[in-house]
Amino acid sequence: MAYIVDVKEPLRLKVDNLNFFYGDKKILHDINMPIPKNKVVALIGPSGCGKTTLLRCFNRMHDLYPGNRYEGNIWLFEEDGKKINILDKKIDVLKLRSKIGMVFQKPTPFPMSIFDNVAFGLRLKGIKNKTELEDRVEKALKDAALWDEVKDELHKSAYSLSGGQQQRLCIARAIAVEPEVLLLDEPTSALDPISTAKIEELIVDLKDKLTILIVTHNMQQAGRVSDYTGFMYMGKLIEFNKTKEMFISPKEKLTEKYITGRFG
Amino acid sequence: MGEKIRKIKNILFYVFTIFSAVFGLFFLFWILFTIVIKGITNFNFQVFFKDAPPPGSEDLGGLRYAIVGHFIIVGLAILIGIPIGVLAGTYLAEYGKDSKITNIIRTLSDILTSVPSIIVGLFIYAILVKPFGSFSAIAGAVALAILMIPIIVRVTDDMLSMVPKELREAAYALGAPKWIVITKVTYRAALAGILTGIALAVARIAGETAPLIFTSFNNNYFSLDLTKPMASLTMTIYQFAGSPFKNWQALAWVGAFILTIFVLALNLLGKYIAHKKAHKMR
Repeated sequence: MAYIVDVKEPLRLKVDNLNFFYGDKKILHDINMPIPKNKVVALIGPSGCGKTTLLRCFNRMHDLYPGNRYEGNIWLFEEDGKKINILDKKIDVLKLRSKIGMVFQKPTPFPMSIFDNVAFGLRLKGIKNKTELEDRVEKALKDAALWDEVKDELHKSAYSLSGGQQQRLCIARAIAVEPEVLLLDEPTSALDPISTAKIEELIVDLKDKLTILIVTHNMQQAGRVSDYTGFMYMGKLIEFNKTKEMFISPKEKLTEKYITGRFG
Repeated sequence: MGEKIRKIKNILFYVFTIFSAVFGLFFLFWILFTIVIKGITNFNFQVFFKDAPPPGSEDLGGLRYAIVGHFIIVGLAILIGIPIGVLAGTYLAEYGKDSKITNIIRTLSDILTSVPSIIVGLFIYAILVKPFGSFSAIAGAVALAILMIPIIVRVTDDMLSMVPKELREAAYALGAPKWIVITKVTYRAALAGILTGIALAVARIAGETAPLIFTSFNNNYFSLDLTKPMASLTMTIYQFAGSPFKNWQALAWVGAFILTIFVLALNLLGKYIAHKKAHKMR
């Protein structure tokens, strides 16, 4: 059994009977999940429950490796009213990935300058005009709350930044191309508490502009930043509800056990 | 009693290792020392501007023709070897990965590393010298390139494989196509390692003589014609060191000195790049 709350708000994404296979092994089972626009949705659950696997379906990251197979649909509702099925084999995955950005567990700055890191996705989109690049890099760095710290050293190597700064740089790089959705895969698990607090603040600020899905193994973090939370266990979505409601009165026994720390 | 024997064994082992290390280093320094002393005492800046003296003349003459020839042959080998080596290594690491055919190519390439260089020379003789009827600088360069390619393939393959997959994924996640991910991100991340490998590969071929005997052969005169035999430092050293003329022998020492400095510089360059990389990556 699963409890999935009926979301009244307009949706950005809708997972519809998703099954995911790695070779013959079924990893995700019949996932149904609404993701409302301009909200932060957290995915929690014990290690190996499939939360990262689910997250990586949204930008078809699994396509990079052989032997993976999706079943079902993930609908993306775009600003102009169109809806596309992310899992459709015929869609342009490169274009999809510019609409759905991703930030990883460990900071992944590219071996180039801070400026070139943020400009990477913009250049991919064909933006060559120097002024436009500069403006958009500045805007992305401001949105990622990193501008004040790096504005005088944009041409230094991205490796010269601290871990927390590198992660905010990765967020800036992802939001520079103005995606509609941002996927965050345990973005603070490699960071110290102060950097973590900064990133959490940033996540809450960013939801004005985009929809955020965050995988976290830290329930307090889910409580602090998210509007909705999905609890996963053994490849299934057990419960999906407004974060407050889920933490106050979980509908499923498993959820209750997990959030009260009796397993996981 | 047992304690004492153990201590003696311990000391004996220590002495043996030190002795072996000193033994090896002794000959290395002897060689270097001799080359440097003989090279410097016979050295004169005119070696860079003059060509070989005729036999029997009193003048030292110079090695201009051999130095220029050497750089042309090695340079051409680099131009052929680096692109092929790097691209082949890229195929193995980024496209072929762990498939059966890739692993066969990998193994064959490794075997090629240990083929005696004289065999490579003979092979090129058969395909580039015999059919065209003349030894040529091009043939020499191809022979050296063949020696160089498997080394560069190996280094490129290893260095690209060491780039964390998260870095590639981050580039893919921005919507980058594969070739952009490879050329803009993976190459950059592996650049220092690949450059180090290339520097060492060049150092390795720069001192080769055997593959040149049947290919570029030798020439006592200054030549820029790539389709004709061309002098190289190694072949000239071989020729002059065995000659009865004092000034030719002196030139052989100077040639050995120049070649040693060149190879040493390449080795140091390789080490320097690797060292810098180690610092940058923290």
